[in-house]
Amino acid sequence: MSVLDIRDLTVEFPGRKSVFVAVDDVSLSVEAGKILGVVGESGAGKSTVGNAVIGLLQEPGHIAGGEIFLHGQRIDRLAYKQQRLLRGRRIGMIFQDPLTSLDPLQTVESQLVETIRTHLPLTGKQARQRAVELIDAVGIPDPEERIGQYPHQFSGGMRQRVVIALALCAEPELVIADEPTTALDVSIQAQILELMKKLCAERNVAMMVITHDMGVIADITDHVAVMYHGRLVEYGETNQVLGAPEHPYTQSLISAVPRPDIKVDRFPVVNYIEAAGTPQRQIDISTHWLGKARDFSAVSGPLVRIRDLDMRFETRGSIFPSRRKYFQAVKKVSFDIEQGETFGLVGESGSGKSTIARLVTGLYQPTSGTILFGETDLTSLKNRRDVLAMRRQMQMIFQDPYSSLNARMRVREIIAEPIRFHKLASGNAEVRRIVDDLLDHVGLGTAAGQKYPHEFSGGQRQRISIARALATRPRFLICDEPTSALDVSIQAQILNLLKDLQEELRLTMLFISHDLAVIRQMCNRIGVMRHGELCEVSGCDQLFEAPQHAYTRELLDLMPSMELLSRANLESA
Amino acid sequence: MIGFATRRFVQAMIVMLVVALLSFTMFRFVGDPVNQMVGIETSLEERESLRERLGLNDPIPIQFYHFLSKAVRFDFGTSYQFRQPVSDLFAKRIPATLELSFTSALFALVVGIPMGIFAGLNRESPVSKLFLSVSLIGISLPTFFIGILLIFLFSVTLQWLPSFGRGETVQIGSWWTTGFLTVSGLKALILPSITLGLYQMTLIMRLIRAEMLEVIRTDYIKFARARGLPDRLVNFRHALKNTLVPVVTITGLQLGSIIAFATITETVFQWPGMGLMFLQAVQNVDIPIMSAYLLLTAFMFVAINFIVDILYFLIDPRLRVGRP
Repeated sequence: MSVLDIRDLTVEFPGRKSVFVAVDDVSLSVEAGKILGVVGESGAGKSTVGNAVIGLLQEPGHIAGGEIFLHGQRIDRLAYKQQRLLRGRRIGMIFQDPLTSLDPLQTVESQLVETIRTHLPLTGKQARQRAVELIDAVGIPDPEERIGQYPHQFSGGMRQRVVIALALCAEPELVIADEPTTALDVSIQAQILELMKKLCAERNVAMMVITHDMGVIADITDHVAVMYHGRLVEYGETNQVLGAPEHPYTQSLISAVPRPDIKVDRFPVVNYIEAAGTPQRQIDISTHWLGKARDFSAVSGPLVRIRDLDMRFETRGSIFPSRRKYFQAVKKVSFDIEQGETFGLVGESGSGKSTIARLVTGLYQPTSGTILFGETDLTSLKNRRDVLAMRRQMQMIFQDPYSSLNARMRVREIIAEPIRFHKLASGNAEVRRIVDDLLDHVGLGTAAGQKYPHEFSGGQRQRISIARALATRPRFLICDEPTSALDVSIQAQILNLLKDLQEELRLTMLFISHDLAVIRQMCNRIGVMRHGELCEVSGCDQLFEAPQHAYTRELLDLMPSMELLSRANLESA
Repeated sequence: MIGFATRRFVQAMIVMLVVALLSFTMFRFVGDPVNQMVGIETSLEERESLRERLGLNDPIPIQFYHFLSKAVRFDFGTSYQFRQPVSDLFAKRIPATLELSFTSALFALVVGIPMGIFAGLNRESPVSKLFLSVSLIGISLPTFFIGILLIFLFSVTLQWLPSFGRGETVQIGSWWTTGFLTVSGLKALILPSITLGLYQMTLIMRLIRAEMLEVIRTDYIKFARARGLPDRLVNFRHALKNTLVPVVTITGLQLGSIIAFATITETVFQWPGMGLMFLQAVQNVDIPIMSAYLLLTAFMFVAINFIVDILYFLIDPRLRVGRP
């Protein structure tokens, strides 16, 4: 008998005008010791399935139809109190963000002990003993000592281990993991996935892993359910589904995943998912404002030359220089960016890649070192006019499409602002025409100009950011994780757009990402960063085929295996 | 921790020094102290000798030094109106103000916190909405009006509670008098402390409610529920404790202002505390009392802030250790 059996589940969220069906007629089951992956893009309803099972649907959502069985016992109709007894005791839950899922004011021990004692009839001492064993089981060294610490004293990966320990407190039969590794670095992600696989097999737990990441699915799941707009579109053994996807949505979803193994010219655009926007009126760049009169001084050799760049932040201030403490974010970094190329910086969080972006744009002043842009040393610019002139030539696209646009300005104003500020056009009529052209060119359509940012999806907002960046007619674009907050299908569209623009406008790009596959598709040359140092700089193919530095090899090994996906890709290609 | 406390202590000292300078300036330069002390028929020579005796002819920094060294020993000179040492006058009045402030703060916390928790947890319940509307009254009505309203209702119409004064007090030690130990003393405390504490109570209630609503949405609360913890643990151990940091800040500051600005309430209820004395001093240009009051209030504010900073450490472990 399956541990979890969901039959014809429908979840509805009544709204003011209409009822939103978040989960529509979904049937799934999970066996003991097996892992079921539920995959889909944002809004597919995959998390809602998990919440329905554990009885924690956000108000006013409710189960409108179907049945949920746990070991043959029906659980969707239980009273609140009985449902609570299931939670933690028979169903464990793992959340996405380990940084926010632990109470910051309680020690790990007290959170474990209270959970254990809620469910199991143990004395305080026994509960503590069990807590130590659990902490040991999830692979945290020195469990006796570390258990007394507070969550902030643990790193992200270690906190996720604590979260897993908490989910396993009462030996549940079923564990639901909602995006368990999304917030983690690749190396940590691999460890956590390994741990989950191991615990699942050792303790014979049924596991349901909810994720948007095909790599995770390919790596650890036995079965996979693909969801799209609340419906189950494909369900079966992972090998089967990923190797030979039947449904067109699954096919397009798989083909949109960036491939680390082969470089393709363009990402396959998935029309099944979201219409790429209103029909685009392509503008002829060669005669347009955007393309003409790019009054930049000619540069021979690399456009950007970074030499011995050092950046340190004071972590403890003191009036005595000897007592000050620093964090060295960037250490003696040197590299060149040739004209018209895309230079990729890859590394884990905290490796200093975003700091470099901020140093180049002048948001930070480096501690030492030089940044040459053409022939100008950016670090020595004093005059405000020179700084502005430089800034006009370089623009930045940020990671978070939600906070990088001013919510109180119309899109038209957002894009017009840099044009007006740098006095790049004469008269309001011209500015307006340019903004309309830009909106069309990035695939949003002129009508978008009237709206406010919150009316757009993440991918559309990123298009607005791109239009805003282009509005100063830059020659150098810095993209700091431009797609890491987006779904794969949207990511493919945005990356294609960036590629097109680069070609048309002969832009030079610095492209920062933690995702090796994306980096491979986008970049000509790549720098690998770790702890503020640049380990290796080499050409794209060379880096992936014959990595020089040990850390690069480590990173490449950690990528979730894509063999299954590649097969599907080749067939569909 | 100790380093932090020391730093805060030094900062507090600087604040006190600045206030002392202000207080000294007022004492020395607002009007001529000699004119305030002597009658019209005092001769110029007498005035000059008084000047010399009081040290008013010394260089300003020396005078400030004397002022400080006296202030540290609670010697604030002699009141112009009462011809008594200011410190004695304050000693008589401080217990009344402190007892009133303490009771109102207690009232604000004991009533405000549970109301806030309730309104935060049961957002849609009609009771929470009632709390919110009532609290709006508490925030928008001026203190003196509430005081007069209460007097009218409970003293004049119902005649349950006294309308003014402290009632019978009991002497404890050499200078502390308390109203806590007699029935009439306790009865006399009720109306003024409600009047004084109502605003703080509504503020605390609204703050706790807003913080609770915020915290309830966080992942760790969702995770605590998903672990099957009983509501009592989730709400009180996890949610409430996480709302406390801002609440402690505001409560601390409010406690300071309760003590400092009890003036209006004390006037309405003719409560024999510092505030009432201060108001009379202002009317009679009794500068020694005014400058002493200024110093004392500043001292209380600084002391409370210092305690609040230390409390942060006890509540939030993230502040105790340096970031990794």
